[in-house]
Amino acid sequence: MMAGEIQNPIIRVRDITVQFGSTRVLDGLNLDVKRGEILGFVGPSGAGKSVLTRTIIGLVPKVAGRIEVFGVDLDSSDTSQRRGVERRWGVLFQQGALFSSLTVRQNIQFPMREYLNVTQRLMDEITMAKLAMVGLKPEVAERFPSELSGGMIKRVALARALALDPDLVFLDEPTSGLDPIGAGDFDELVRTLQRTLGLTVFMVTHDLDSLYTACDRIAVLGNGKIIAAGSIADMQASQHPWLRQYFHGKRARAVMS
Amino acid sequence: MSGDPKLERIAKGNALALCATGAWTASFAPSLERIVADAEKLAGSRQNIFIDVSEVSKLDTFGAWLIERLRRSLTQGSVEAQIAGLSANYSSLVDEVRRVKATPVIDSSTVTISGMLEQIGRAVAGVAGTVTSLVDMLGAVLAAGGRVLIHPRSFRLTSTVHHLEQVCWRAVPIIVLITFLIGCIISQQGIFHFRRFGADIFVVDMLGVLVLREIGVLLVAIMVAGRSGSAYTAELGSMKMREEIDALRTMGFDPIEVLVLPRMLALVLALPILAFLGAMAALYGGGLVAWLYGGVDPEAFLLRLRDAISIDHFIVGIVKAPVMAAVIGIVACVEGLAVQGSAESLGQHTTSSVVKGIFFVIVMDGVFAIFFASIGM
Repeated sequence: MMAGEIQNPIIRVRDITVQFGSTRVLDGLNLDVKRGEILGFVGPSGAGKSVLTRTIIGLVPKVAGRIEVFGVDLDSSDTSQRRGVERRWGVLFQQGALFSSLTVRQNIQFPMREYLNVTQRLMDEITMAKLAMVGLKPEVAERFPSELSGGMIKRVALARALALDPDLVFLDEPTSGLDPIGAGDFDELVRTLQRTLGLTVFMVTHDLDSLYTACDRIAVLGNGKIIAAGSIADMQASQHPWLRQYFHGKRARAVMS
Repeated sequence: MSGDPKLERIAKGNALALCATGAWTASFAPSLERIVADAEKLAGSRQNIFIDVSEVSKLDTFGAWLIERLRRSLTQGSVEAQIAGLSANYSSLVDEVRRVKATPVIDSSTVTISGMLEQIGRAVAGVAGTVTSLVDMLGAVLAAGGRVLIHPRSFRLTSTVHHLEQVCWRAVPIIVLITFLIGCIISQQGIFHFRRFGADIFVVDMLGVLVLREIGVLLVAIMVAGRSGSAYTAELGSMKMREEIDALRTMGFDPIEVLVLPRMLALVLALPILAFLGAMAALYGGGLVAWLYGGVDPEAFLLRLRDAISIDHFIVGIVKAPVMAAVIGIVACVEGLAVQGSAESLGQHTTSSVVKGIFFVIVMDGVFAIFFASIGM
């Protein structure tokens, strides 16, 4: 690892503009994600949180701006550089996006098979380790995604995102649709994995509990820009009307008490 | 920079230290597996074996697991191998993999003769299941149709018109084009071979009877099965996958009445129209080729056509169309509603919708041929 890479932010987003037709979703947005932190990303529904995530990953084209991940500019990088970056990140999609015709085991092994040259035995053992890490029983391995509950799908999807031991994971609303206990477990899990694997986590969330318990830093999206970024205390101290409502509303008080 | 991983053996009297160095990560997994397999042979060679990982520059789940695997195989009887020199960063990761049970579940789906026989048996039994489900769907559609007749306000006109546009209006260009070309080909081949006997003009008889009785409707039905049958299956299948059909049911709607009936009705109305247009296009194409290639001028063609065919030929053809449409629609809807949760299942059912649809259309055509022959039409 380069010495410079440690100090530089792992994701550096500069003046990103994304437009669908005539609607401007992101408008000159800047964001840094530091190495080893869990960044919680919040904002009103439809503000473009998922769009930003998808733009960073490269699924949504941008009109203007610059994105660097691991110090590589994704626009000017060649295929092998880009593959190198993709090998080092994992993505958890909102609906899980598991391959429906593959079993859980095959889903988790899919990226390993593509990127690594390891024996089937090691892959099976690592799959079991990953399943244990995300808190699933070994029996789940031979099931198909359609036979899993919503929470299990999220866990399997996380296990797949972690299959290659990435340095960076994107989580798009990981706790939505989970019961509060399940969601709490999931936050705990993300925290544990971040400590054990030294992950950097970029988490889009609406869950106040997640923000309080799991996140090191919070960034707030509004009007196509980052309107605030900082610790949870900074957010509570902010005078921005949406932030005041978000962090001092009825639900926020319930979470804090 | 992190170097290639190594495992050095340092003997100290009765103890053996295995010093791991370099990067124990996924990218070095093949060589790591070899190193670990070599070191596993040392099991039981010394009283006291420990694995020193203090010099490891980088560790991930793969490396941690391989160290754990080595530790487990070096542990024999009362002698437990230890991991030493674990830094705080990595200790939680090693603890995490230590909790993993070693026996991975591996499915053993080997091909056996009894297994193959079982599959054949299941496939044969499945045929009966297919016929039952088709009859079942036919009954359900008729029952839904009956309910709609009693309560005409529950009929979904908008939906029917929408599907009619999809399967009829939008299908016209391709159907007309293909039947036109088929008409041309029949006519050209007929003239080419009949000319040897000086029987050019009889190509009109052949074209007229063939197109109106058989080819017109059969070809159009096959195309509709491929074009609209597959679309129905895919639509209903993806709705099934996303629980939309369950949602309809819980709201008190009958999916047959809401989804299947309008589609069936649209198809039953569309196929005769398309078969008629197809037959006309084929006759036009045949006539054009007969004129340009065979020298039969249009007036002679029409005169001969009037003598060669009667209204019976047309009726025999067009009567088959709605029945074939019903068969295609029922097969497509049964397959669509049978889709399970995976994308693969959707693909399989769409394929089998088209294959079964075409198969049943041809079987129906044969049944009709026997029927019309026996009543003398």
